[in-house]
Amino acid sequence: MEIVNITKTYDANFVRQVEEESGQDMSLCYQCGNCTAGCPYTFVYDIPVNQIMRLVQTGQKETVLKCKSLWLCATCESCTTRCPNNIDVAHIMDVLRHMARREGYAPVPTVKSFWDSFLSSVENNGRVFEIGLLASYITKTGRFWTDVDLGPKVLPKGKMHFTPPQIQGKEEVKKIFNRFKEESRK
Amino acid sequence: MSDSLTYAYYPGCSGTGTSIEYDMSTRAVCAELGITLTEIPDWSCCGSTPAHTVDHTLSSALSARNLALVEKMNLDTAITPCPSCLTNLKTATHRMKKDGFRDKVNKLLDTPYQGGVATKSVLQIIVEDMGLKALKDKAVKPLKGLKVAAYYGCIMNRPPEVMNFDDPEHPMAMDNIMTALGATVLPFPLKVECCGASFGIPRKDIVMSLSGKLLDAAKDIGAEALVTACPLCQMNLDLRQDQVNSAAGTNHHIPVFYYTQLIGLALGLSEKELGIDKLCVDPRKVINAIGRDETS
Repeated sequence: MEIVNITKTYDANFVRQVEEESGQDMSLCYQCGNCTAGCPYTFVYDIPVNQIMRLVQTGQKETVLKCKSLWLCATCESCTTRCPNNIDVAHIMDVLRHMARREGYAPVPTVKSFWDSFLSSVENNGRVFEIGLLASYITKTGRFWTDVDLGPKVLPKGKMHFTPPQIQGKEEVKKIFNRFKEESRK
Repeated sequence: MSDSLTYAYYPGCSGTGTSIEYDMSTRAVCAELGITLTEIPDWSCCGSTPAHTVDHTLSSALSARNLALVEKMNLDTAITPCPSCLTNLKTATHRMKKDGFRDKVNKLLDTPYQGGVATKSVLQIIVEDMGLKALKDKAVKPLKGLKVAAYYGCIMNRPPEVMNFDDPEHPMAMDNIMTALGATVLPFPLKVECCGASFGIPRKDIVMSLSGKLLDAAKDIGAEALVTACPLCQMNLDLRQDQVNSAAGTNHHIPVFYYTQLIGLALGLSEKELGIDKLCVDPRKVINAIGRDETS
């Protein structure tokens, strides 16, 4: 196990920022491990969720923000539902992802590419265009064989559209994204 | 009673695509039950999981645009079949109770959202506003002989203070509906475990493992079919069932119905209007067996 010397690496500002953005009191976590026990994703995490909580408490900004777990959490809400101290753990994971994004970390590039492709589909069409989303993801990642085996199952059933959805409020939705980007630059 | 069952309806993006049979069967069942659905005109995407992983103001704004449209419809309740849409609509409503956050969200919108629209799942209004007894009374073809496991997925009922419906660890809404309609509902220990969510495309290995466990467990308890209320869960378990079989060396062949499809069958609606033919794992054998064991 790695030993962390917190007298040298404690980042008080990081702890404050996580608390402020998530509205949660980090000091309430007493490491019971219930979040990790119920987390279905521990098997692919590099740091289990209770340890992420501890690392935030001890101000280990870089270790936390560069970890893969943040990108593999599906927000299934097991941790939040089961925390004996009512800490909204999934909310903290979300906030850590926001911070990791802002600092430019993307240790699981396929997940980031998928989420980005999804959102640009919404930004451009107002609704998700499933085939377009897949095409954009494949272009971004070069993973040409993604789900090709599913095509013959889905296409004959008429469940996928080949043209993007058309809604009147398309420009309105685009404006939401534009204003968000403007606000983020401030 | 039926004149009061009128709601603004939010189908969600997958309802127009990969889960079209969920939307079809929801509309057909509601019409049959006397529940009036008025689709929110020009609704847009709620942003799903990707939006809230980027920013909560953006995520809530994408939901709030739709809630503001509901305000214009003069209806007080919006309902959606999809748990992911529901989570986003509910979370936005919950967070926008704080003035500061609401102002930030409204700054991103053309039309600000004042607050006050209630959001519920279609499942919730069937159980609470319609009621199991009324549902049972309308069933003409009970689901006798069907051994089914009800799988809720992770976010339909969690976190409880936001979702405010059923039990977060041991939900019973679908179990009770299926029992009322005559099916045998088996106790399914993984009813709220995550199926792997939207990682099917970027990290298929995760879905193979988590959905594999669900299918194994369903088989172990002797379920002939699974019944779900979530488009993503249904897709992972049904469309990807062959992928799971290849990855895990299993040979599962378990049909995965939307609960609305099974209600529809019990109400005597046609398979065509319930989109039964759009399921990937062939449900023919299971459907044919319904009603057969009454004499056995």
